[in-house]
Amino acid sequence: MTFDLFVLPFFIGLLFLLGVLVVKYSRWIAMMDASDRRKAGMALFSFSLLKTIKEIFMESLLHRRMFKRNPLLGFMHMSFALGWLLLIVMGNLESRVYSGGHINPPYYPIFLKFFIHDKRVLPFEIFTLPGFFRFIMDLILLFVLSGLVLALIKRTRSKWFGLKRTTVHNSFDKWAITSLWLIFPMRLLAESFTAGIYKGGGFLTNTLGSFFNLFLPLEYMAYPAWWAYSTMLGIFFVTLPWSRFMHIPTEVILIFLRNAGIEQGKYPGSFSEIEIRSCPRCGVCIDVCQMNQAGLTGSTAVYFIRSLRDQQTDVQLNSNCMMCGRCLEACPVGIDTLGLRVGARSVDNKGIASDFSYLLKQTVTEKKAEVVYFAGCMGHLTPGVKRAMLQIFEKAGIDYTFLDEDGSICCGRPLKLAGMQKAALKLVSENTVKIKNTGAKILVTSCPICYKVFNNDYQLDGMQVMHHSVFIDNLVKDGKLVLRPSDLKAVYHDPCELGRGSGIYEQPRNVLKQISEVSDVAEERANSLCCGGSIGDLSMNAIQRNVIRDNALNILCQSRPDVLVTACPLCKKTFDSGNTIVVKDIAELVADNMEPNKLQLHAAELIDQQCLIA
Amino acid sequence: MEKHVVVIGAGPAGLETSASLAKLGFHVTVVEKEEVTGGHLKKWHALFPNLLSGKDALESITKGLDSTIKIQTATRVTGLEAVNDYFTISGHNGWQEKADAVVLTTGFQLFDSHRKEEYGYGIYENVITSADLEELFASEKEFLNRHGNKPERIGFVHCVGSRDEKVNNLHCSKVCCITAVKQAIEVKQLLPDAEVFCFYMDLRMFGRHYEELYKEAQEKYNIQFIRGRLSESTEDKEGNIVVKVEDTLLGKPLRIKVGLLVLMAGMEPAAGTKALTNMLGLKNVSDGFIQPLDEVLRTNNTEIPGVFVAGTCTGPKSVSDTLADARSAALAVADYLKS
Repeated sequence: MTFDLFVLPFFIGLLFLLGVLVVKYSRWIAMMDASDRRKAGMALFSFSLLKTIKEIFMESLLHRRMFKRNPLLGFMHMSFALGWLLLIVMGNLESRVYSGGHINPPYYPIFLKFFIHDKRVLPFEIFTLPGFFRFIMDLILLFVLSGLVLALIKRTRSKWFGLKRTTVHNSFDKWAITSLWLIFPMRLLAESFTAGIYKGGGFLTNTLGSFFNLFLPLEYMAYPAWWAYSTMLGIFFVTLPWSRFMHIPTEVILIFLRNAGIEQGKYPGSFSEIEIRSCPRCGVCIDVCQMNQAGLTGSTAVYFIRSLRDQQTDVQLNSNCMMCGRCLEACPVGIDTLGLRVGARSVDNKGIASDFSYLLKQTVTEKKAEVVYFAGCMGHLTPGVKRAMLQIFEKAGIDYTFLDEDGSICCGRPLKLAGMQKAALKLVSENTVKIKNTGAKILVTSCPICYKVFNNDYQLDGMQVMHHSVFIDNLVKDGKLVLRPSDLKAVYHDPCELGRGSGIYEQPRNVLKQISEVSDVAEERANSLCCGGSIGDLSMNAIQRNVIRDNALNILCQSRPDVLVTACPLCKKTFDSGNTIVVKDIAELVADNMEPNKLQLHAAELIDQQCLIA
Repeated sequence: MEKHVVVIGAGPAGLETSASLAKLGFHVTVVEKEEVTGGHLKKWHALFPNLLSGKDALESITKGLDSTIKIQTATRVTGLEAVNDYFTISGHNGWQEKADAVVLTTGFQLFDSHRKEEYGYGIYENVITSADLEELFASEKEFLNRHGNKPERIGFVHCVGSRDEKVNNLHCSKVCCITAVKQAIEVKQLLPDAEVFCFYMDLRMFGRHYEELYKEAQEKYNIQFIRGRLSESTEDKEGNIVVKVEDTLLGKPLRIKVGLLVLMAGMEPAAGTKALTNMLGLKNVSDGFIQPLDEVLRTNNTEIPGVFVAGTCTGPKSVSDTLADARSAALAVADYLKS
């Protein structure tokens, strides 16, 4: 016997799902840019495919990133993903034991225990081939069921899983998850009932079957249980493409495309569509989002992405995000949450016209030099930082020119964050000419926001872009700047755009350690908090920002430092307005603690000697 | 038995309350954290709208003090507790008193202009505050900027630390508009050839003769009022301050070079005001000033019977308003102690 009517819900569901996936995949391929399509095609036959396979194994099956966040959470996801795949693979192999090595119809391995009642082996006889499979299949089922138990516990004890808040799902997702959760208990029941009758199960199903047989009329219950099992599978497959479980067949595509070197590109486009559907709504992004502190719970990445998927985008929701990147850092799928946000904003702000007539009146320095300094608009709003940088240049004897000395010039990043790519590029191209005209080899900026856009979007023909913290660190290493240690107790705050945004964590700390005693803070480096002053958010009010700022200040000042040091004029200004602690930019602290360098000491010595001679 | 009232703070409000209470027959002790009484007034050169000198004003207030009033200076109040029907008040130096009623006259502190870093206070020498300017007037030295030059242009920036969400102050400090008009006129009197600019958001000329003074400033003294908030200031090589501001009436961005920039620093509740609010468990209001029992009818009472308030601890006030408020507080205390 190789067929029964009850397999139909599963089989039809499966065919339906495959059909939908084929349609969706083809649409994505059709939407792709020709160049991206070429890249993807090449990647199928290149080394990156191995990387993709490894990443799929590590992330989609083992859930490495989830494990790193919380072992229970990781195990729960792994047991479902890896367990289910193993059930399919091992089930398939097991079915071939009985078909003489032939491939069977897809439903056959799934419902094998219905069709085959092998009484030759005992449940623990794992050294014969059928016995081994019998044992291993029950073990895997137990593995999956342990994940299900954890998932149920997580409903009420999410804190054990490292989640203070969990996603609030819509009713469709609730349907999908109910069917998913019922699949495995149904399988267990169907196999146990059958094993109870025929004694053909493994250690788990046989034992349970014998137990049920004591008080249940299994001969009447086994067949309905198989129907239920098949029906749950069918429901799950039919709901999958519109539920959050679409991430299962999409995430692997995303991993492949990313490894093929494909980026988000135009929005909306196939890549963004794939990213949107790769979001499993696991809710890991919820706890890390500081907007919650200000009561702004609706615009967290998970809900933002869901609104995109459901085509219920909302201007307010799109604009309410500080773009700090904490969700990006936490996302186990690595979805470019910020890129999607910028994309959504680009649609919202399409109608805004830009007037560039002011550019004609802008004046910049005409002096040429080795180093060109760019204070940026925030640098101009914190003249202390600007002054400190000029003092440092003078002290270190740097041949420099101050590009925006005559008033701030916009780097373009605020426009970019608002999704106004075209307007941003206009500024980028204007500024590129101005910067290149200085003939400098190094562009130093005080603002991490400017730094990021200079690095990512400007073509400066080999001119090195440096944030001032890196520039200062180099000066110290080269001996051009000598720092004087002080007994200040400091903590360092990683600005979003410099740390998470640009990966610069060490250089500012190197410099700071030479001047002060630096203590660690609870949330630092990649987990650093946003100060709340972000230019990335387009609609938060001052009160909401203050809540975020004060929470961050609380965490930063736990060790009661003398000074809170940062490397971003915007962070400085924001924290300063909290009025709880002295806030300084690293450049200011450096300028306050400079000693004469070797060259200057030598010059002084020469003068002294001349005096002696005279 | 003679009832005893302790007044905390010996600025204009505290001194006037004490004087009035003594006249009403109460035994009064006024406690002051500083060595000398008089509060901010002792550093103020002249008062609007009639240019009465600060010194004369303070002298007049002090003259009203009865010899029975005990003045306890250099004492910071660190403890204040209600015990049955009286209060015990103690200072950091061991001073202690019992009182039947307490009047808080702890006043304001000037907004720390360093917090508006973009204006350059503490960074550029020729950026000063309105209080610094009063000291400069009071010194009666030649009117020079910090580089020793006679400034050809002087700018006044209104609303520094007031009505500014970015520094967490939503309130209007009330007196700075008219103070700027007064100071601008005084500068013009000292340097008739100088150009004087006032950069404002709104001009709130709420008191009698303020509007006239504002008119005089424009017509007689040719002071230029530019509606627009300063965005930032920088320093040029000669030490002049270059301010960037938008003239919102003309809709034009401006850049003006001035030899001296005066920031009209606003009022914030004094550290002592905040400390006493916490000590007594009085309702904490977001702006930090003490909340009276009713903002219209019971402006000198608090939610704690026997604890009264007067002066700028309940919000920005001019000196004349403060004095009136102080006398009114004395009546509220009398009403409480005699019932």
